[in-house]
Amino acid sequence: MTTRFASVDELLRQLDEGTLTSTELTESCLSLIRDHDSQTNAFLRSDADAALQQAAAVDADRKAGRPVGPLAGIPVALKDVLCTKGTPTTCGSRMLENFVPPYDATVVRRLRDAGCVFVGKTNMDEFAMGSSNENSAFGPVRNPWNLQCSPGGSSGGSAVAVAAGYSPLAVGSDTGGSIRQPASFCGVVGMKPTYGRVSRYGLVAYASSLDQIGPFAGDVRGAARLLQAMAGHDPADSTSVDQPVPDFLAEIDQPFSSLTIGSVPEYYIEGLDDDVREATEKAIDVFRSLGATVRDVSLPHARYAVATYYVIGPAEASSNLARYDGIHYGHRADDFENMIDLYAASRGEAFGAEVKRRIMIGTYTLSAGYYDAYYLKALKVRRLIRQDFDAAFGEVDLIVGPVVPTPAFGIGELINDPLAMYLSDYYTIPLNLAGLPGISIPAGQAASGLPIGLQLIGPAFEEARLLRAARMFETATDWHSLRPAFAQ
Amino acid sequence: MTVELSRADLVRVASLARLKLTDAELDSLTDQLRKLLNYVEMLNEVDIENVDPMPHAADMVNVLREDVVAESLPRKAALANAPKTDGQFFLVPKILEEN
Repeated sequence: MTTRFASVDELLRQLDEGTLTSTELTESCLSLIRDHDSQTNAFLRSDADAALQQAAAVDADRKAGRPVGPLAGIPVALKDVLCTKGTPTTCGSRMLENFVPPYDATVVRRLRDAGCVFVGKTNMDEFAMGSSNENSAFGPVRNPWNLQCSPGGSSGGSAVAVAAGYSPLAVGSDTGGSIRQPASFCGVVGMKPTYGRVSRYGLVAYASSLDQIGPFAGDVRGAARLLQAMAGHDPADSTSVDQPVPDFLAEIDQPFSSLTIGSVPEYYIEGLDDDVREATEKAIDVFRSLGATVRDVSLPHARYAVATYYVIGPAEASSNLARYDGIHYGHRADDFENMIDLYAASRGEAFGAEVKRRIMIGTYTLSAGYYDAYYLKALKVRRLIRQDFDAAFGEVDLIVGPVVPTPAFGIGELINDPLAMYLSDYYTIPLNLAGLPGISIPAGQAASGLPIGLQLIGPAFEEARLLRAARMFETATDWHSLRPAFAQ
Repeated sequence: MTVELSRADLVRVASLARLKLTDAELDSLTDQLRKLLNYVEMLNEVDIENVDPMPHAADMVNVLREDVVAESLPRKAALANAPKTDGQFFLVPKILEEN
């Protein structure tokens, strides 16, 4: 049988029964990457020897009857923003082109312990700043549904790793939509957990109060399994929350007998593509047919989220990225006049246009005389955005709406209009500001053939509820089974 | 209200950010930042009277831990990614002039 696009459940069953080895599975992934990824550019690096060693170790454990981890032998692709000990971690930037971390990110360590096989590091917008993957210093990623289209960003490489069938699972990070938007563009499942659910230790920082690591998978159960292996308190990240992680699989296949979902009238803006609008309405009908009650809830400050984000995100970025000084690690300019000039020249040479833009925005809004007018004001609006959600979740169990206003746009289409690009994160950004979990699941197809995602939003730490509702939808529909022609 | 933002402002901000930019970059950034800041002006419509700022989504303060000695990164590993070292220290250009 072919293992390409097989579910994680199916792969684990075969691995446990002995009809498949992790070595066979890993070799299949590596050869797909080798043969096809020159067209999609999803991977920056794939170390076959290291992957096959991990696979062989798991196979030996299974054969000997030794206990194995919950994802033993399953290939996983890692966004290149996660530190991997001894393996370069570039963040899609010239700045870190030669950076080899001396330690593993906590999620990387946890996935190693779970028995995962790392098939490669995935391409991304530089320092996770972007919505199209065109900001990578190592070339754009291409969408397997249409190679002229963007896969979204910033975790475009991880989304494509799953969408093209290169790897059953992939890890991404989401600061303003960077998991959910590419999941929607590529027709896969992608989830941003609650802020604090997954340790950020070893995740190269973009905006620390917004960044969160999450899973990509071909189906909801696969995403649940990957989240399960990553989630939990970590003393090395003091913002990771010290509370028990529920068993996300325990009730995932039990449909809710009573579920109230919220639909948000403010979401139906000018600029919402007709196909996306229609897919969203039909998806809400699916929930209705499954017995859910649908009620309108208002998020009156949702329209201010993009403006709020483009103050807070760049402000945090300008501070976080001050660490790249040409001295401790990263690029150092050859020609400079003095110490200050060494900093400025190294940074000017190695950062790309979007990173420079956000550092400049953030430095401006935090500079003397502007702090109150921009940063402080944005933090206050942020609270109002959160309060809107709190009020809505007093009335409904979860909120359902679009992920992105449009299906995937063309490569080159928005790159020269930063504001238009930023608006593609209109529906995803509010969750990062509020710290809430959200999941994008396949829920439709545009006339052009491109996939359309549906976003489910839940209260803080209610990932289990989201996954269960997402699974309910998935069981009743076939959208997650569609494959791009590229992969056939 | 339209945001006033001059090229000179950008030069000042680039200096604060320790970012060497070309003339062409300064020109396009001036235009792009002006557009973005004009968009952000919409926040002025929001009534933020008596609203507390929300710097963080996690409601936690002062996460403490025991003060215990733990292993730290060996010097060699800490220096391994540095562009310039003498094997013991990070090397930087001379800051103090002689004489």
